[in-house]
Amino acid sequence: MHQKTQLQAETIRLISGTNTRKCMKCGKCTASCPAFAEMDISPHKFVSMVEHGEIDKLMASKSIWKCMSCFACVERCPRGVEPASIIEAVRQTVIRKQNNNYLRPENIPELLDPKIPQQALVSAFRKYSK
Amino acid sequence: MQRIGVFVCWCGTNIAATVDIDTVVEAMKYEPGVVHASDYQYMCSEAGQSKIKQAIKEHNLTGIVVCACSPRMHETTFRKAAKAAGLNQYMVEIANIREHCAWIHKDRKEATEKAVVLARTAVAKLNLNTPLTPGESSVVKRALVIGGGIAGIQSALDIAEAGYEVDIVEKQPTIGGKMAQLDKTFPTLDCAACILTPKMVDAASHENINLYTYSEVDSVGGFVGNFNVKIRKKARSVKADICSGCGICTEKCPSRKAENEFNLGLNKRGAIYIPFAQAIPNVPVIDRDQCIKFKTGKCGLCAKVCPADAIDFSQQDEIVEKQYGAVVLATGFNPIKLDNFDEFGYSQSKDVITSLELERIMNAAGPTGGKLLRPSDNGHPHTMVFVQCVGSRDTTGCGKTYCSKICCMYTAKHAMLIREKYPDVDVHVFYIDVRTPGKNFDEFYRRAAEDYGVNYIKGMVGKVAPTNGKLLVQGSDLIADRQLVIEADMVVLATAIEPDQTAKSLATMLTASIDTNNFFTEAHPKLRPVESPTAGVFLSGVCQGPKDIPETVAQASAAAVKVIGLLSKDKLMCNPCVANSNELLCNGCSNCQHVCPYGAIDYVEKEFRAGGKTSLRRVAQVNEAICQGCGACTVVCPSGAMDLKGFTNQQIMAEVDAICR
Amino acid sequence: MSIENKEFKPLIVAFCCNWCSYAGADLAGTSRLAYPAEIKIIRVPCSCRVNPMFVLRAFQRGADGVIIAGCHPGDCHYTTGNYYARRRMTLLFSMLDFFGIEKERTRVDWVSAAEGVKFSTVMNDFSKKIHELGENRRLGDLRCKMPIEK
Repeated sequence: MHQKTQLQAETIRLISGTNTRKCMKCGKCTASCPAFAEMDISPHKFVSMVEHGEIDKLMASKSIWKCMSCFACVERCPRGVEPASIIEAVRQTVIRKQNNNYLRPENIPELLDPKIPQQALVSAFRKYSK
Repeated sequence: MQRIGVFVCWCGTNIAATVDIDTVVEAMKYEPGVVHASDYQYMCSEAGQSKIKQAIKEHNLTGIVVCACSPRMHETTFRKAAKAAGLNQYMVEIANIREHCAWIHKDRKEATEKAVVLARTAVAKLNLNTPLTPGESSVVKRALVIGGGIAGIQSALDIAEAGYEVDIVEKQPTIGGKMAQLDKTFPTLDCAACILTPKMVDAASHENINLYTYSEVDSVGGFVGNFNVKIRKKARSVKADICSGCGICTEKCPSRKAENEFNLGLNKRGAIYIPFAQAIPNVPVIDRDQCIKFKTGKCGLCAKVCPADAIDFSQQDEIVEKQYGAVVLATGFNPIKLDNFDEFGYSQSKDVITSLELERIMNAAGPTGGKLLRPSDNGHPHTMVFVQCVGSRDTTGCGKTYCSKICCMYTAKHAMLIREKYPDVDVHVFYIDVRTPGKNFDEFYRRAAEDYGVNYIKGMVGKVAPTNGKLLVQGSDLIADRQLVIEADMVVLATAIEPDQTAKSLATMLTASIDTNNFFTEAHPKLRPVESPTAGVFLSGVCQGPKDIPETVAQASAAAVKVIGLLSKDKLMCNPCVANSNELLCNGCSNCQHVCPYGAIDYVEKEFRAGGKTSLRRVAQVNEAICQGCGACTVVCPSGAMDLKGFTNQQIMAEVDAICR
Repeated sequence: MSIENKEFKPLIVAFCCNWCSYAGADLAGTSRLAYPAEIKIIRVPCSCRVNPMFVLRAFQRGADGVIIAGCHPGDCHYTTGNYYARRRMTLLFSMLDFFGIEKERTRVDWVSAAEGVKFSTVMNDFSKKIHELGENRRLGDLRCKMPIEK
């Protein structure tokens, strides 16, 4: 593996605190995922792509913004791999870079909906911005 | 003072080429205790041995050191020679100057120096040797088999055929175990009952086999050859010797609320019941928790209708105490509880069942008479989903870390049987891996997929949601990389299996070790797979690890052979190199008892007289028949009372000193 | 390396369990896999037979290194003996600094009956380490050294 990709993968493993090698590719994470329909890369692929060092692709994927962090995959995984933590780690890697915030304050007015509780907006900022 | 003879072997040129034999012989003459030293080309040969024998007699030797090859090679040879010359065979020490010296060093001077050191080390040890006599213990010519499933039955039949008495203890009211509940068996699809029930009859009618059904082992004492076992015969409330097994009582019993365990709760049974039609013994049992007579005092209908007058409400548990030479553990398994796997909806829908429940549904003698019916409404299912690895290969603590081994095959069997009987039913199997090693096993699985059109999906099920009388199964198809939702009528969970709960308490009673999953551990994983590390205890069937019926039967027969080998001996010779406690030094701390892997150490109260006073003290006593001589106890003993014969603290210290001289 | 090291002939005591390591040493011999002659093997039934006192005694009598070899974890002939040995020795080794003996002078390793190559590698490696450390001057009873000087 290329040194850079190796380092990237190691960083993701470090941030997420997971061991992707434990995965035995059963797919229970993808089977449990409520956001599957919205995702371009499904949770089980996240695990194997980290294992293979394909972090750039993951950082560019739609999935990291579609994961609802419901942790169904973490709960159901028989091996304790925690795919949601990996997705979280990739998302963090993206937004920690300058000007990479996914949610900006100026976007808020158009998103506003009286049905959304304010708490959700606060959480969204936490999740999608530096 | 010992009179030691040292014999240096040339081993042709094997030793003599790198070690200067004369120097070694010369050096040994000046070692303490040595009165004779000589050499010969081949010590292990007939001529070499007679040289040793002659020297023993001529020089009145009390012990010999043979400087030759590894003791693993010829120790027994030289011990026999010494014995023939009237010496105690444990007064022989070997200095390994071939494998550990001549063969690995090239420099002659260096090798000779080392050979001298090795020889003087052996002399130093031998100076402290004492003659040892192997103990003897008698063997009770009777075996106990705990568990009356196919494993226990097979072991018992084999032992009984060899002419030894066997008792089977089974906690259920009938023998037969899990196999009796099965419908068909893979990969030949013969019916389980057809091949099991004749064996059950054989066991019951064999003159050497004695059945204790509805009984449990209460306590175990003793050791190999002489186990003392207390068996609790639970009160059946039916006199087994009078009962004719007509079954009228079971039909008339007005209580119908109890879940039928044999059918895994899929239907109800009376308070007085016979588990199944071919049960052995064919004698009913009263379930006292359910019986109206026991609960309210009124009823007693069974007693009124019994033509033989066999009902006895006042029956008590009975304790039988018996002696056995060997014990076979065949305690079997159970499917795990599914409380931790709520996503599969087992507790929410009756139509989500375990594979063992499906066995009962498919069984002609089962609750549905062999018809495949949905448990919720007795309707015909059109779509069935099988989920494999439910609770197996799970490292999170919710399930079991191991592979349950049998699920892949029985799921293929179920899927195949359903497709054969009901071609209109769509069958989907979710799998992580399909593991089918075994004779004709993979062919069987491929037949299910290729000939019977079972839809195998690589992926797992994430959620089963009971919705509008159907089960929405949300799973993944990893090959197609998509999420699937299947509307199913029934979901069958290939549930992990775990050792029976009794394994743990039995392991404690017998000091047989179990692993973290409560499977009994074998004495050696490769070379002694049917023996427990505890002498005289043997393992048969799933209690040692997950396995299918052919493997279970093979292991059961193997365990039986080991038992027969043990029972055929009149006396057991014990290894004399065992631990030995000096009662005068023992302070009664119990450390040794705790580290002993065999339970060979007991503590006894003993009277000691000192200074005109008599005092009672708790001291360790080693049972030489059980001790295997590992020496773990010697190191933990704080008072130095525990020592190992043949490898005493003093002897090893002397060896250290001789090397460092 | 200094001249002193050239003359230095260390003394190493190896405790080998009867079932695995001693057989491994036999196999090393049968395979003619050399390891230094300064290593002298004492046969014990199990690595758990090795009393920490034996190790200290060896150092006291002038040994420069002590190695204990047993069956691989999980393979012990007596089921659990090597686990006991591992714990006891870890405890003893943790105190060696206090006695003034370098920890590296001791070692516990697992060699199976089939690992002749491993046996010789382990022994060579250990001997090399002892050569690096030089003579063990601590704890040694000077009187024990006297015969060597003659």
